[in-house]
Amino acid sequence: MLLLLIVLCPVVAAILIMAGLPARPIAVLAAFANFFMALTAWILFDSGSAEFQYVSSFAVSIDWKINFAIGLDGLSLLMVLLAAIVTVGAVWFSGKIDKYENAFFACLLLISGGAIGAFASLDLFFFYAFHELALIPTFLLIGIWGNDNRTAAAWKITIYLALGSFILLIGLIMLYQSIPVAARSFDIRTLQAAASQIGPGAQRNIYLVLLVGFGILVSLFPFHTWAPDAYAAAPAPAAMLHAGVLKKFGLYGLLRIAVPMLPEGARYWTNLLLVLLLANIIYIGLATLAQRRLDRMLGYSSVMHMGYIFLGIASMNLLGLTGAAILMFAHGLSIALLFAIAGEVRARTKTMLFSELGGLAQVMPFAGLAFGFGAFAAIGLPGLANFGGEILIFFGAFRNGFTVGNFHVFQVATVLALWGVVISAVYMLRAYRQVFMGTMDERWKDFADLRSGLRFPIVLLVGGLIWFGFYPQPLVRMLSAIFQTYLQQPP
Amino acid sequence: MIASPNLEVAVLVLGVLLLLFETFADKVDKRTFAYAGILGLVTVLVGSFYLMPSPQADDLAGFWSFYTADPLALFFKRFSLVTTILVLAMMIDYAPSVRGAVAGATAQAGLGEFFALPIFTCAGLMYLVSAIDFVMIFVALELVSISFYVLVSFTRKNLLTLEAGVKYLVLSALATGFLVYGITWIYGVTGETNLDRIVVALANPNVDQTAATFGAVLVLVAIGFKIAAVPFQIWVPDVYQGAPTQVTAFLSVGSKAAGFVVLLRVLRPFLMLPKMDRLLVVIALLTLLYGNLAALPQGNLKRLLAYSSIAHAGYLLIGIACFDGNAVTFYLAAYLLMTLLSFAVLIIVAQLAGERISDFDGLAKRSPFLAFAMLIAMISLAGVPFTVGFFGKFFIFNAAIAHHQTALVVVGAITVACGFYYYLKVVRAMYWRPATRIDIIPVSILSRVIMSALIIAIIGFGIYPQPIMDALKPPANQVALRSIP
Repeated sequence: MLLLLIVLCPVVAAILIMAGLPARPIAVLAAFANFFMALTAWILFDSGSAEFQYVSSFAVSIDWKINFAIGLDGLSLLMVLLAAIVTVGAVWFSGKIDKYENAFFACLLLISGGAIGAFASLDLFFFYAFHELALIPTFLLIGIWGNDNRTAAAWKITIYLALGSFILLIGLIMLYQSIPVAARSFDIRTLQAAASQIGPGAQRNIYLVLLVGFGILVSLFPFHTWAPDAYAAAPAPAAMLHAGVLKKFGLYGLLRIAVPMLPEGARYWTNLLLVLLLANIIYIGLATLAQRRLDRMLGYSSVMHMGYIFLGIASMNLLGLTGAAILMFAHGLSIALLFAIAGEVRARTKTMLFSELGGLAQVMPFAGLAFGFGAFAAIGLPGLANFGGEILIFFGAFRNGFTVGNFHVFQVATVLALWGVVISAVYMLRAYRQVFMGTMDERWKDFADLRSGLRFPIVLLVGGLIWFGFYPQPLVRMLSAIFQTYLQQPP
Repeated sequence: MIASPNLEVAVLVLGVLLLLFETFADKVDKRTFAYAGILGLVTVLVGSFYLMPSPQADDLAGFWSFYTADPLALFFKRFSLVTTILVLAMMIDYAPSVRGAVAGATAQAGLGEFFALPIFTCAGLMYLVSAIDFVMIFVALELVSISFYVLVSFTRKNLLTLEAGVKYLVLSALATGFLVYGITWIYGVTGETNLDRIVVALANPNVDQTAATFGAVLVLVAIGFKIAAVPFQIWVPDVYQGAPTQVTAFLSVGSKAAGFVVLLRVLRPFLMLPKMDRLLVVIALLTLLYGNLAALPQGNLKRLLAYSSIAHAGYLLIGIACFDGNAVTFYLAAYLLMTLLSFAVLIIVAQLAGERISDFDGLAKRSPFLAFAMLIAMISLAGVPFTVGFFGKFFIFNAAIAHHQTALVVVGAITVACGFYYYLKVVRAMYWRPATRIDIIPVSILSRVIMSALIIAIIGFGIYPQPIMDALKPPANQVALRSIP
């Protein structure tokens, strides 16, 4: 019942807002209600159990055995928490909207509701459908309220994601049909139990289709080009929600469906995935270095960091998977923080070019401090949540197939990926220097710092990063139960 | 309890009565007849839920060897009735603009046929979906086509309309010729016109399969024309653009649905012929690619919807190629809802602004309700979840994957992405292009009610599709007459 409220709250609020109720108050109220409900769900959650909790289910199609079924385990609870936190940040951070204010907040809430619904779904059908619910709002958000090159960016992200989701849909149908007719179901729990009946050949095919489908949604290397354009053009709250939460759907899907149900397929395509994720880390990392605009740099960096998470997923052991999930959470907080500050800078200076910006920390010390936290978190500085995730991923990946004296593919990949940390340190620190340090342009000298009202969501995001940076144990405990069951399955 | 053939009789009588009264009532506003027609059709629709069980499969003789009332037929009878009711309702508000394009028309004269003809079309569609004999198929198809000839060119002051009317007449007559020729070949080979008996006859090894295939291909040409499958789609954009918009809506929903039902029935005996399935796959591929790629650059919404109707014929043909009748039926039901909704909005906007997509610029400011209705119609046509269009695509592609039709799935993925582009082009115009005019667009209560009902149906069935599937099952008190293919 609690979870049902969490899933429906943003959607209902969006409908109310479209029906004409005051937009901002309702949106903030809904975001906060969701945040506290998600916290309650976390507090009442039994971390030791790998079972789904808060389950509720309603039949939608008897013939097709489609149910609206929702429930949480450690992994989905973590993602729902992330979505709830970032939603509060994004909704609160939306300032005055000059046109179609109701539609703006409705779109934000629909993205949030779509992401939460997808994370909470226990039914393949709704898992997919909820994610697509966010597609049209994204199109509208970028198209109507975006910056600069908004039309091209809106088309690009929408068509890319529509294609990606459709490939994903085909993969999910293939998965559904690969199970003998008697056992067929859209329920993830039933599928999981029946997954051992999928033959190795089918596993390889399905995994590849799912990897491409999810990969497009997460901006895996050859399919990444939508992300920087879209995030550069999107209004800040939309970029926070999309980069922070919605993009994690693809990774969540790999962890929830591809890894546990198709372990043979995952092993078969490991080398391909390693090559692609290294391209994400090294090639996109270098591309990030070359960016001259803050918004595009952040967009590219968010593509690059997906590479680490893929590395954790590829390593297929407890450390790697747990690290991947923690990094998903931490990256969501840090990128949302960075996009929020970048949006504030854009609102004031009207430019995102590094060459024009500079010295803003003199007039916006709070924003500078917050950006610093975000940047250091993104680099992976110990004490901030990203560090815990990255270190687990690197250890997990390195351990995979390691024998003393012999470097296998995973060890080489880990060593190469470690260079990514250096690259991200270079571009993040450089961006920090070029935006907030150095000499300040005369034009900027009258700027005010963030309004005190806007500081709350920033403090929330920074607080989350620090808290889980020093104390990631609850996350690890929550996740290890579920990942242990994945790995204990008969091969 | 009513015998199911009485439904068609009732519709025909209704049409004749309307025409008769219309002749003598020269003082009455002709729109009254549209209301009367809607009322009559609703009565028939209600009556269709109180049918007597039809005879069992083993005593098919006399009339029942031409006519069936299986669940598929019943479903599409109701489908035709609903379509006609909605089309008539759309016609009422826009009678003035139709009148403007008819010579010598006043409120009291010149429009009677406009409201009576759809009812005859409806009767034709209802016969067509029940027909299980080539003779019956031919006669019913002609009833539909002839009433469409008049409807398409009804606004005869308009040059585009006249062009559309001539094109439709000539090409449709040609298609009919193909149909008759095909039927003669099949009759010549098997000596039968009843589809069930053709199945039996074709199973005989002495039958000349080449000749039967030739006949089947000729029939396929004629039906391909009706459903706008490539390469028989050339007429579609011009006719759709030129015809009065309500008629276009009727043509794209009613005519197409009936064509697909006939295709499902006719193909059953011929699917065992060599290469038939491969031919269908090729047609489906071509239709998908042509419809979607040609829709991309369109700037005129009516033409865009014409190409989109070709594109949807392509998705439906995937279902046909996999021979999944339930998926095709569901898709058609979804197509009915979303296409009629988009045409309903188009009719209103076209009257005040125009038919081009740029005429929709800033519609969200001028009429948020119309813009929202169009948004729902467009995302449903594109196939976004939580709309009925998504379930349609889901079942179709489920069938395609189950039959390992890799080519269809791959091309389908590309065309779905194309679809997102051209449908969202309309959304973009409505929501983020600046409005060229700022006056509010008035929407009558009747239109508002219809559109709200369609929106609710699109979203409602998009979340809970079970009612449509239940409607396809045989009623509990009646054993299935013929299995749905």
